[in-house]
Amino acid sequence: MYFLVASGLSLIYGLMGVLNFAHGVLITIGAYSAWWVGDQMSGAAEVRLLAGTAFAVLVGAVIGAAIELVFIRPLYRRPIEQILVTVGLALALGALVVGIFGPETKAPVVPSWMIDTTMVLGEPVPNDRFVEIAVAAVVLVGLIAFLRFTRYGLVIRAGVENRSMVTALGVDVQRAFTLVFALGGALAALAGVLSNVYFASVEPGRGTSLLIYAFIVVVIGGFGSIGGAAVAGVAVALLQNYANYYGTTGAGDMAVVVLLAVTLLLRPHGLSPKVAH
Amino acid sequence: MTALAVRDLHVYLGESHVLQGVSFTVPNGGVTGVMGRNGVGKTTTLRALLGLAPRSRGTVTLGGTDVTAMPTHKIVRRGVGYVPEDREVFAGLTVSENLRLASRVPTPDYELVYDLFPVLRERGGQRAGTLSGGEQQMVAIARALLNRDALLLVDEPTKGLAPRIVSDVAHVLERIAELTTVVLVEQNLAVLKRLAKHVVVLDGGRVVHEGPGAELLDDPERVRRFLGVHGGGH
Repeated sequence: MYFLVASGLSLIYGLMGVLNFAHGVLITIGAYSAWWVGDQMSGAAEVRLLAGTAFAVLVGAVIGAAIELVFIRPLYRRPIEQILVTVGLALALGALVVGIFGPETKAPVVPSWMIDTTMVLGEPVPNDRFVEIAVAAVVLVGLIAFLRFTRYGLVIRAGVENRSMVTALGVDVQRAFTLVFALGGALAALAGVLSNVYFASVEPGRGTSLLIYAFIVVVIGGFGSIGGAAVAGVAVALLQNYANYYGTTGAGDMAVVVLLAVTLLLRPHGLSPKVAH
Repeated sequence: MTALAVRDLHVYLGESHVLQGVSFTVPNGGVTGVMGRNGVGKTTTLRALLGLAPRSRGTVTLGGTDVTAMPTHKIVRRGVGYVPEDREVFAGLTVSENLRLASRVPTPDYELVYDLFPVLRERGGQRAGTLSGGEQQMVAIARALLNRDALLLVDEPTKGLAPRIVSDVAHVLERIAELTTVVLVEQNLAVLKRLAKHVVVLDGGRVVHEGPGAELLDDPERVRRFLGVHGGGH
């Protein structure tokens, strides 16, 4: 889940230099969009979940693209204003979600087989974890294939390295900006849907709390690196969960911060700096 | 008919007034050399022509069309190739990917590129960041040649290269100049003498001389006055 959130964030910063604090609220919007569709429909839980996921991803992509077109594009080369506008959007959209759906948590549609467990090495593991791992793996492979084998992927990889040179080759890099924001929004919304399943609840503060860890994953993985985000996402999640399981309350968060500090000391630009691959 | 006309171009970089009313014209065909001491605004002039450096005043006319208000990618698509100072190849992309990114016409001229630089065909799958300086310069020039542009802006292509490779690059530019119009920023006087039919000399952010290349470059006293070096080449 950290990888899904961090990959969009990483590409947006790597290509455009935009620290998108509104990314977290797209997780929340994705979570509520999927819940709303599932709530409106009847029938098999799998179908409702899939329909909700498709709708959430679409909503995330559209809002992501709209944020770039309406708010970010007029503010290129003005990083402070960009940060302020994305923080403002996060607050405004977060309040809008609470205004529409209320502050109380909701129960998402989750197929019963996902709640069941499977024994792995003598321990029961909820089946939804396998689904989440599989989705993240598919997204990782899909993103790598997109970046490696498509024209837009080529533009994004080059743009992460040297944006002005890409424009000097006659490429309209702003289209790639919009696409990356849409992609980031879609991935954030997908992470929101998976968080519904993982936590078995839908709540308005979900995106904000996940965003903090996503930023840490992006910094550790290296801005602009999808592979780095994947490795760092797994490392942060494993470390956090093991520290929480074997240590005292809060040990997981502390361990993640220590990992961040050690990474910054040893590799200030992250595991895989400034190369989208 | 002029390929390019620049009128009263002003550029500020931060507080610094780098270009203070640059005006010159580039005739169709051959090489126009842009000369001057370090820091007089040669690179900034090329970047400003493309909109990569912010222009505060002035006009840029390309083949009779005013392109001043156009964004960089639209100026380039009107038929301008650019070879930047320090090459700026995409280090994480392969040679083939660097070329593929640069191609924007239905039939890019790979034949010309591989004829001029056969080594690039062999190195197609290699990451550009792992190439030697000379090979990276080949990639940078090749990117600008693929689309058969009407105008090439080439910024110090021999900078930092070994003398033997400088000669190779000059030979390639000579061949390119037979096909298209080239604006060449260059410090190497020997290369300029060999190539430039027309020269523009910048000093203090202004054009201080413009005219036929031979007239200036064969006059050591004027070369010394404008550039602070002897005119025998180096």
